[in-house]
Amino acid sequence: MHSIIQFVSRLISSKRIKSGIYPFQGGVHPDGRKEASTASPISRFPIPDKLVLPLRQHVGYIPKIRVQVGDYVLKGQMLAEAEGNVSAAIHAPTSGTISQISEEVIPHPSGLPDMCMTLIPDGKEAWTTLTPIDWRNQPKHQLVSSLRASGIVGLGGATFPTHIKVRADGKSHIHTLVINAAECEPYITCDDMLMRERADEIVKGIEIVQFLLGAERCVIGIEDNKPEAIASMQAACHAMEYLSVKVVPTLYPSGDARRLIHLLLDTEIPHNKRATDVGVQVFNVATVLAIYRYLVFGEPAINRIVTVTGGVNHPKNFEVLFGTPLRTLIDAAGGAKENASHFIMGGPMMGFDLPSIDVPITKAANCIIVATPELFPEPPSALPCIRCTRCADACPVYLQPQELYWFSKSDNFEKARDYNLFDCIECGCCSYVCPSNIPLVQYYRYAKSEIIATDRAKEAANLARERNEFRLSRIEREKLERAQKHAERAAAGKAEAAKAEAVKAEQIPDNSTQKASSTGADDVKKAAIAAAIERAKALKTAAAQSEHAPVNASKEKLEQVAAPAVPPKASDDEKVKQDKQALIAAAIERAKAQKLAANQAGNSPMNTDNVSPAVQAEINEIDAMRAKAKELIDQEKA
Amino acid sequence: MTAIYIMLGLALVLGVLLGFAALLFKVEGDPLIARIDAILPQTQCGQCGYPGCKPYATAIANGEADINQCPPGGDAGVRALAELMGVEYKPLNAEHGAPKPKSVALIDENTCIGCTLCIQACPVDAILGAAKHMHTIIASECTGCELCLVPCPVDCITMQPIAETPDNWKWKYPVIPIKALSSGGVI
Repeated sequence: MHSIIQFVSRLISSKRIKSGIYPFQGGVHPDGRKEASTASPISRFPIPDKLVLPLRQHVGYIPKIRVQVGDYVLKGQMLAEAEGNVSAAIHAPTSGTISQISEEVIPHPSGLPDMCMTLIPDGKEAWTTLTPIDWRNQPKHQLVSSLRASGIVGLGGATFPTHIKVRADGKSHIHTLVINAAECEPYITCDDMLMRERADEIVKGIEIVQFLLGAERCVIGIEDNKPEAIASMQAACHAMEYLSVKVVPTLYPSGDARRLIHLLLDTEIPHNKRATDVGVQVFNVATVLAIYRYLVFGEPAINRIVTVTGGVNHPKNFEVLFGTPLRTLIDAAGGAKENASHFIMGGPMMGFDLPSIDVPITKAANCIIVATPELFPEPPSALPCIRCTRCADACPVYLQPQELYWFSKSDNFEKARDYNLFDCIECGCCSYVCPSNIPLVQYYRYAKSEIIATDRAKEAANLARERNEFRLSRIEREKLERAQKHAERAAAGKAEAAKAEAVKAEQIPDNSTQKASSTGADDVKKAAIAAAIERAKALKTAAAQSEHAPVNASKEKLEQVAAPAVPPKASDDEKVKQDKQALIAAAIERAKAQKLAANQAGNSPMNTDNVSPAVQAEINEIDAMRAKAKELIDQEKA
Repeated sequence: MTAIYIMLGLALVLGVLLGFAALLFKVEGDPLIARIDAILPQTQCGQCGYPGCKPYATAIANGEADINQCPPGGDAGVRALAELMGVEYKPLNAEHGAPKPKSVALIDENTCIGCTLCIQACPVDAILGAAKHMHTIIASECTGCELCLVPCPVDCITMQPIAETPDNWKWKYPVIPIKALSSGGVI
C-alpha cells in the first residue's frame, strides 16, 4: 500500500516538475473582468488643482513632517522623513505651495480623518535637484540607506517599506528573488499594463534588486491570463540566463507571496517563518520599477499606475501622482456611470469601500473600482452555516474557516487564535464559495482587530503594572533615604553640641590642663561630676585629718588635694579611676607622713620656730581650743 | 533479592530526579495572586476599595474580596476572574462604580498652577512637571484612573475619552451584509 502511494506521488511530482509549477491547495476562479481596462495604454492627465498627501500611506510608523504651511516645494522634494525603522518618506509629487497640514478623510476602511499635507501645484513641474546613484560602484549599505529616503513601498498593495526588504543585514542569505506579477485579483490590470509597456525598465530594476540582495537567480511569476505581458517580459529578459519568466495558471490567490513561492519554487514557508528565512524575497513588479527610477534617475516615489475600472465610462490605467483626489481620477476616466453606488479601493476580493469620492490616491491604491448594482448586486442575506467545509477546501492557507467562523462569531478569540486566525490572509476565497453567503472574512477581520486591541490593552496593563511597582519601590526607597538623612542630621547636631561644650570647657579659666577629647559631651560631664565628688571627698578627708595636723599642713594638703581636681582625661574611664585612686592614695600617704612627723615633733608644729608673737598667740589660742575640744571628745567617749 | 535491589535502585533514581525537579521548577511566591493580577486591568484606580490592582488581587486570593469589584475590568474581567477562581459569574457591583469608556486625563495648561499634587497622586508616574511649573500628562502612560482629579486645587484636569483613529480603529461585528458579497466575494 505504502509503495503504491509513493509511486503515485512520484508520478505526480515528476509531472509537476516538467511544467515547473507546483499548485497549491484551494483557491477560486472568480471572473477576471480585466479586459475592459487593458484596451488602451497607460494614460496621464493634467495636474489636479490640489494634492492631498496623507502621512499614513504605508505599513509602520508615521513619517515626520519636514515642511510648514506656506512653504514652496519643488517636485521630488522630501516633505516628510521616515521616522523609525519601518517607515517611509513622502515627497512632493509636483512643485507648488503647502497650503495646509490638517486632518482629512483618508482612504481607509474606517473612513476616519487623519493627518494630511495639502499641496497646491503651481503647474511648473519644477524638479528638485535629482541625485542619480551609480549603484554598481556603491557599497550596498549606502544604497539601502539612500533607499530609505526614496519613499518607495511595496506597490502590490501591502505598502511595506522597501528599504527594509533589501537590507543586507547578513541575517539570512537570499538565494532567489521572486518577482510577483501574478496580479490574480479580478479587475486589476496595473501590473499587466506596466509589463506590456515598460518591460525593459522592469528588467533593469530586477537587476538592481538582485544585486542588492545578492540573489543567485530570479523568477518572474505571471498568470497565464496576461499573454501580452508574458511576451513582453520574455522578450526583455531573454538574454539573461539567471532570469526566468514562469507562467502560472490563473487561480486566485496565486498573487499572495507565499502562494507564489509555492507555485514557483515548491517551497511551503512555515506559518511562523518569513520568506527570507528560507532564502526567498518577493518584490512586486511596480516596486522594482520604482527602485530603478530612484537609483538611476533619482526620482523618488511620487506616482504609481492605478487601474480605474468598473462603472466608469472609459476604464483605463493611469499614471497618477500621489495625493490626486479620487474625483479628478474618475473624471479623467470619463466619469462614473450614473448608477454608481460606491467606490472600492483594491480588488473586489480584498479591497474595501472608500468612505467618499474626496479621498486622495495613495501608495496603496492599485485599483479603483466604481461599483454599480449590475456589477456588485446586493448580496442575498446570510444563512446559517451548514458545515459543508467548502470554505476549508477553498482556503489556500490550510485553515478551517468554518471553525474560525464559529469562534469569531461567539467572541471566542483565544480559540480562534489557537486555530491560527492570524495566518488568514483575508483573501476571501471562503466567502466566495460559501453556499450560505456568510461574510466570513468580515468575522475574521472583526476577531483579528478585537484580538489586536486586547493585546495592546494587555501590553498597556503590563506597562502600568511595571510603572506602579516602580513607583511604590521608589516611594519606599525615598522614605528610607529620608529616615537615614534625618538620623545623619541628628548625629551631626549632637557632634556639633559636643564640640561647643568642649570649646566652652576650654575657655573657662579652670585649672584644667587636659583638653576634653571628642568622645562626647556625656563623658565630659560625667568626668566633671566625678572630679567634683572626688574634690569634696578629699576636702572631707583633709578636714578630718586637720584635727590632728597643723593649719599649714592642712592648707598644704588642701592645695595638694585640689591639684588633682583637674578634669581628668575623659577618654578613658578606667584611666580616670586609676588616676583618682592613685591621687587619693598619695594624699593619704602624705597625710600619714605628716601625722607621723607631727607626732615625732611632740605635737608641736614644725614651722613655728620663727613666728611672730601675734601668730604665736593665735597658735596658742587654737591649740587651747583644740585641747578643749579633745577633752570634750574624750569626755564624751568616756 | 534482585527485586529488592531493583526497587531500591529505582527509588534512589526517582528520588534524585524528584529532588532535581524540585530545584529546577521551583515556584516562588503565590502564583494565584500573579494570575489574578494578570487579569486585572492595572488601572490602579482603587475603585475596588483596595489601594491598587495587586492588593485587590491579594484580597481575592485570600477570599477577602469579591470578584465583581473592578469596573475598569468590565464584564469580561469578572468572567475571566470567575473562571480562574472557579466561582459563579456575578454582575459588576454597582457600589464600586460603572465601567466607563477608556479615557486619559488632560491638564488645562492655562489653569495649572504647578502645585504637584496630581503628580503625587498619579499611581503610574504619568504626570510630568515640577513645582510652580506647568504639568502635563504622558497620554501613552495614563491609565485613566481619575486619581489626579480630586487633589487638583484648581480643577484643571479633565478626562478625555480616547478618540478613534485609523490606528486604533476596529472592524465591527458584521451585522449588515456587505454589498460586494454576491458577485465577487466579500469586499
